[in-house]
Amino acid sequence: MTVPAVTAAAPRGGRPRSKNWLGALPLLVVTAVAFGIPALTLLAGAFTVKDPATKVSSFGTANLARSLQGPYLNALLSSVQLSAVVAVAAAVAGTFLAQAVITSRFTALREAVLTFSGVLSNFGGVPLAFIWIATLGNSGVITTALGLGPGVLYNFWGLALVYMYFSVPLMVLVVTPALDGLRPQWREAAQNNGATTWQFWRYVGIPVLTPALLGGLVLLFGGAFAAYATAYAMVGSTVPLVTLQIAEALTGDVLIGYENVALALSLDMIVIALLVMAVYLPLQKRSSRWLR
Amino acid sequence: MIASRVRFAGLAAFLLVGATACGAAPTTAAPSAGASDGGSAAGVDARTATSAADFGGLDKLVEAAKKEGKLHVIALPPDWANYGKIIEAFKAKYGIEIESETPDAASADEINAVKTRKGQDRAPDVLDLGQSFAISGAAEGLFAPYKVETWDKIPENQKEASGLWFNDYGGYVSIGCDAKKIAKCPETYADLLKPEYKGKVALNGNPTKSGSAFAGVYAAALANGGSFDDIQPGLDFFKKLKEAGNFNPVETTPATIEKGETQISLDWDYNNAAYAPKMAEKGLDWKTVIPSDGKYFQLYAQAINKDAPHPAAARLWQEFLYSPEGQNLYLGGFARPVLLPAMKADGTVDAAAEANLPPVEGEPTFPTEAQVNKAKEVLAGGWGAAVSG
Repeated sequence: MTVPAVTAAAPRGGRPRSKNWLGALPLLVVTAVAFGIPALTLLAGAFTVKDPATKVSSFGTANLARSLQGPYLNALLSSVQLSAVVAVAAAVAGTFLAQAVITSRFTALREAVLTFSGVLSNFGGVPLAFIWIATLGNSGVITTALGLGPGVLYNFWGLALVYMYFSVPLMVLVVTPALDGLRPQWREAAQNNGATTWQFWRYVGIPVLTPALLGGLVLLFGGAFAAYATAYAMVGSTVPLVTLQIAEALTGDVLIGYENVALALSLDMIVIALLVMAVYLPLQKRSSRWLR
Repeated sequence: MIASRVRFAGLAAFLLVGATACGAAPTTAAPSAGASDGGSAAGVDARTATSAADFGGLDKLVEAAKKEGKLHVIALPPDWANYGKIIEAFKAKYGIEIESETPDAASADEINAVKTRKGQDRAPDVLDLGQSFAISGAAEGLFAPYKVETWDKIPENQKEASGLWFNDYGGYVSIGCDAKKIAKCPETYADLLKPEYKGKVALNGNPTKSGSAFAGVYAAALANGGSFDDIQPGLDFFKKLKEAGNFNPVETTPATIEKGETQISLDWDYNNAAYAPKMAEKGLDWKTVIPSDGKYFQLYAQAINKDAPHPAAARLWQEFLYSPEGQNLYLGGFARPVLLPAMKADGTVDAAAEANLPPVEGEPTFPTEAQVNKAKEVLAGGWGAAVSG
């Protein structure tokens, strides 16, 4: 409630700079509560080791060590692999699709694709899995019609295909404004100076688009990395994924005392996400000035 | 690209919250006013009563429970072991309202709920747990000891000596199969490897998460030269099944059966048997057999939350479940109640319901807790490797 009061009290012609951060206060508070508390709980849990026999808790790295071994390490690697494949493939497909749509002469097509993208990019979870099971599953419509064998869908590539279903539309949404930002004048200027189409893209288009493309990649990676329900309903444990491992360790009828391993796995996920961001941010800074 | 950064941060935050939701569940602490003095009108503290006699007989227990008027249960799916009808019957008989929360929750969720909602009105009163969760929960001091009136008839190895937990019902691992689509239904684990079942053999869940699927792997071990001490042959069996292309990773639900996506499913016999009448309405012929080469029987356990907000109702619920009426209701859901042998002896069993059970030969044997724990360790480490790829 302090925010409106401060802005009202600020003198005309420029608020005092020192109080500007107050406007962000609600956001900071929400972040601290919604992000900070779980993060601290997670850290505390991940480093708490409980002896199964004596039930005594102590501080240690056994959970983390465990989360980086055997099946857990496998799951982490497989998750990263799947997310990377999905992010790259969807980024390429999404960019070409977006470029094709915005250069077409039909505005209706553009509107339709963007609207569909908005809907489909939020389409995931169990319904998505069941749509694919009904289509390409062992007794799916297409599987039966084409006489494909069983198990077409239930592997790494099947899952990647399903993830593309929400990743490509997301990329279209992310990259369209950036493609719109490529001014026709730049192209004309390049052509006047004798540049070929390839040279235009090589020296102007792609460098200017880099932050948008990288941002899209990071976003798609994150989306695929965190996806859970779709994979859970579709491939169970045949494609090892870290989100599924976390769920197994946290809730279930079988494993007891793996809760802190799950928290350690979550910590691993955060570290990977931060690493991906760390690659993206400096590159984004370098070329974002063109898109102002 | 601010937008995408914000979205990503949101995504990361969501992930964090999701991962720790159990630990940081909102705590609207509202200790029940009636909780502390529940049953005190009858002159006893319902929280410490260890039998109906402590109340002054079953009638007094009913009275105390009616005064509380409510029972909070968790993880009781209406289509699992007939819990839907059991809940209705209890309500009708005693006029006590039952709040059934998260029917599909797992044992770990139940234990979490007990721990995180201590002292709250919405803590679960009673628990229906996987055996090992009953044992570990008892060791953590989460349960109240109680002996139902039929206590002496429960076999010694099916209860904790002081009444912290006692087994309620169980079943065998069975093979369910849609006889309309499968020319000859498999009857043994060995059958499942036949080429004709390509892409068809599913489990009810992931064995590292679902008790019935875990039992499926344990039974496969018994069928393939393993023992209660050695579950590895079970993992090897599923590896072979996967390599043969027969393993179907889709987890069985009534929906996947109806769709024909899981035409063969390993599950508790009471689940598979209970699907049959429902599937018959949809034009499927769902058959259940207990594989002769790998018989694995397991019971679930009942326990009362030590801090139950409705302690008398919780105890009455146990009395009801272990009365012939409650036990026969389990039987009506194709589950084998723990008192079945005793009831057969004294003639209180519902013979028609018993005749519906999938036939099985021989007496069940049980692994020890240590054997189960060891099997779980092996499974947690090896399951992914067995079926991935």
